[in-house]
Amino acid sequence: MSNVFFQCDGKSMQAPANTTVVEALKLNGEIVPTLCWSPGIEPCLGTCRVCTIKINGKEAAACTQTISENMIIESATDEIRDLQKAIVELLFVEGNHYCASCEKSGDCELQGLAYQMGMTHSRFPYQFTPYELDYTGVHLLLERNRCIHCKRCTDLFVDDKQRKVFSFEGKGSDTLVQMNHKYESELSDHKRKEVVDLCPVGAIIFKGKGFDRPIGTRKFDHWGDKIDV
Amino acid sequence: MTKTRKIIIDPVTRVEGHGRVTLHMNGQNEIEEARLHIVEFRGFERFVQGRPYWEAPVLVQRLCGICPVSHHLCAAKAIDEIVGMNDETLPETARQMRRLMHFGQVLQSHALHYFYLAAPDLLLGVESDPLNRNVVGLASHEPEIAKRGILIRKFGQEIIKATAGKKIHGISAVPGGIHKNLSLEEKETFLKGEAMPSVSTVVSWLQEMISHYKSYASRNKTWIDQFATAQGLSTSLIGQDGALELYHGRLRSLDSAGKPVLDDVDYHDYVDFYAEEVKEWSYMKFPFLKSHGAIKGAMKVGPLARLMNCDYIPTPLAQKALEEYRSINGRFSTVLLHYHWARLIEMLHCAEMIEKLLHDPILQGNDLIKTSHHHQRGIGFLEAPRGTLIHHYEVAETGEIRKCNLIVSTTHNNQAMNNSVSEVAKSLMNGHEKISEGMLNQIEVAIRAYDPCLSCATHAVGKMPLKIEIFRGEELVDCFVRD
Repeated sequence: MSNVFFQCDGKSMQAPANTTVVEALKLNGEIVPTLCWSPGIEPCLGTCRVCTIKINGKEAAACTQTISENMIIESATDEIRDLQKAIVELLFVEGNHYCASCEKSGDCELQGLAYQMGMTHSRFPYQFTPYELDYTGVHLLLERNRCIHCKRCTDLFVDDKQRKVFSFEGKGSDTLVQMNHKYESELSDHKRKEVVDLCPVGAIIFKGKGFDRPIGTRKFDHWGDKIDV
Repeated sequence: MTKTRKIIIDPVTRVEGHGRVTLHMNGQNEIEEARLHIVEFRGFERFVQGRPYWEAPVLVQRLCGICPVSHHLCAAKAIDEIVGMNDETLPETARQMRRLMHFGQVLQSHALHYFYLAAPDLLLGVESDPLNRNVVGLASHEPEIAKRGILIRKFGQEIIKATAGKKIHGISAVPGGIHKNLSLEEKETFLKGEAMPSVSTVVSWLQEMISHYKSYASRNKTWIDQFATAQGLSTSLIGQDGALELYHGRLRSLDSAGKPVLDDVDYHDYVDFYAEEVKEWSYMKFPFLKSHGAIKGAMKVGPLARLMNCDYIPTPLAQKALEEYRSINGRFSTVLLHYHWARLIEMLHCAEMIEKLLHDPILQGNDLIKTSHHHQRGIGFLEAPRGTLIHHYEVAETGEIRKCNLIVSTTHNNQAMNNSVSEVAKSLMNGHEKISEGMLNQIEVAIRAYDPCLSCATHAVGKMPLKIEIFRGEELVDCFVRD
C-alpha cells in the first residue's frame, strides 16, 4: 500500500493510505490519547472524542478520520492537550466515578487517561445524576454510574451464539445501557471475562468478585505517581 | 445578679475528627453542665445502601484515614458471612494475613496517638507552652523518644502496606479471604530491619517505653490518680480462656468491680443487648446495654477496657507488663490516664504477635479465598485501636446492600468521655473567675486519653480541631479556638 505524506505539529510525516489518523500518528511516534478506540476495532466507534485533534484547522476525532495527502494536523499543542483533558473531565462529571471504591480502579482506562493527562480535578461542575444499578444479572452487575456510553459493549460484544447482549435505551443524556438478562444468564465464563475486560471503566463487573488484584500489579497503578498535586 | 457563663472549646485538638466542648457555669463560677459535642455529620450508613456487598470493605474504610484497616477488616468479616464463610472457615493464610494487617494497624494507630498526640501533654506538661506542646516540641525535648515513636509507627504502616497493598486504604480483604499473601522478600524486610527497625527492635523499644511510662506514672501518681476516671461498663471482645483478643472473639462486659454484665456472648446477638440514644446536641449517638438503661448501661471500650476484661495476654512480654501494671494499679482501675499505659502494653502485644506471625510459613500459602452459599445478613465485630467496632449489613439475594449499621469504637465511649470532661471541668474550674489555657487543655487531655476518632464516630468528614466557648447565660464571655 502506498504512503501518503502529511504534517503534524509542523513535522513532515508519512503513513500507509487508508489508515486512521490515530494509527498514522502512532506509526510516526506521536501518541494521541484514546478511550473508545483500541487496536483491531474497525471502524472505530468514535464515541468518546478523547482523541480530538485539529485537521486542517478544524476539530475532529482522530480515530474516525482516514489519513490523506497533505493533511495539516495539530496534535500535541497546548490548546489540543487542554481540549482533550477537558473532554476527559467532562466524562468524569457526567457520571459518578468514585475511583476509591471501584473494582476497576488501577485497570480503568478512564482513570489511566486522567493519570496520563495529570488531571487532579475537574473544571466543570459535577452533575450527580443518580443512575440505577442493574442487579438482575446472574453473573454480571451493570453499574450505570460509571458508564461513559462508549458503545464497546453494545456494538462490539456478542455471545457465543453471536447474539448482542447489551443495547442502548433512550436518547441523548437519557441514554442508558441495558442488558438482555436471558442472554447474560447464558454467557460462558470466557465471554463474561471478555465483556468485563472490554468495558473501559467499571460499568460491567463480575458479581461478588470485587478487588481481586493486588495494588502494584494493576495496569495503571503507577501512572498516577508522576502527577504533581 | 451574677451572670452564668458558658465555655466552649471548639475545636478540640490532637484527636481525630471535629469536636466542641461547652461548659455552662453558674453565677458562683461552678460548672453546672459539661458536654462534648460532635458537630459534623456524614451519613455513611445511608450511602452504603444500594451498593454491592463486595464493595463494602473498600468503601466503608473511607470513613477514616487513621484506622481504615479496622473498618476494612470489620466489613470484610461481615461480608465473609454474606458469602457463607466466617473466621473459622476462611483459608488459614487469609485468616493469618488479616491478623497480621490488624496488628500492624493497632500498632501504628497506638503509636500515632501516644507519641504524636498524648506524649506532648505527658512529657512536656499539660500547662507547658502550647506553642511547643506538640510532636515538634517533643522532638526537641525528647528526641530519642520522638524518633522511636515515628519509626514504630512507620513499622506498623509498612506491615499494613505489605498486607493490604497501601499504608492507607488498602484493598486486599475480599469476600471469603484475601487477595495476596506475604512474600519471603516482604517477610525479610521486617525481620532484617534495614530500611526501618526490625520487629525485634520494635519489641525491645516498646519494653523500654513501658518502663519509661511506669517511671513517669510513679513520679506523677498523685496527679494521675486524681485527674479523672473512665466510667462505664468495660466492654470488649475476649479470646479463648479469657485471653486478650483484638481480632475475633466473644463479648465480655464488666462493671467497675469486675462483675460480669455480659460474658461469653456471641456478638451476632448484639441487637438483643445494645441500644443507642440520640441527643439533640451531638451527632454522635450514645450506645448502652439495654439491661442497665441509658446511663448505667453506658460503656467504655478501648485499651483500658480490654486490659480490664482480659484474664491474660497470650504473649510473654506483654503478659509480664500486664502483671506489673496490675500489681501497681489493680485489675479494675478506672483511672482515666491509665488508658495510655494500657495502650503501650497493647503495642508490645501487637509487636510480639507480628514477630510470631512473620515466622509462620502459612503466610506464604496460596489458598487465599473460599466462598460458599449466599446469606442475607453479615455481622462483624473487631477490636479496633479505639475499641469494639461493629459492622452489620443486610444484603439482598441480588448482592445489593439494603441496610447498614455501623457502631464505631469511639461512639461507645461517648458517655464516658462526657463524664470525664465534666469531672475535670468541675475539679479545675469550680470557683475560678479566670479560666486559663492550661485548664482548658486538661479538658482536652481527658478527651484525648480515649483517643477518640470523631470522624469515625459520626462518619464525619474533616479535621478534628477544638473550640472552647465560655458562656454566662446566653452571653459568650470567652472563646478559645485551635486548628
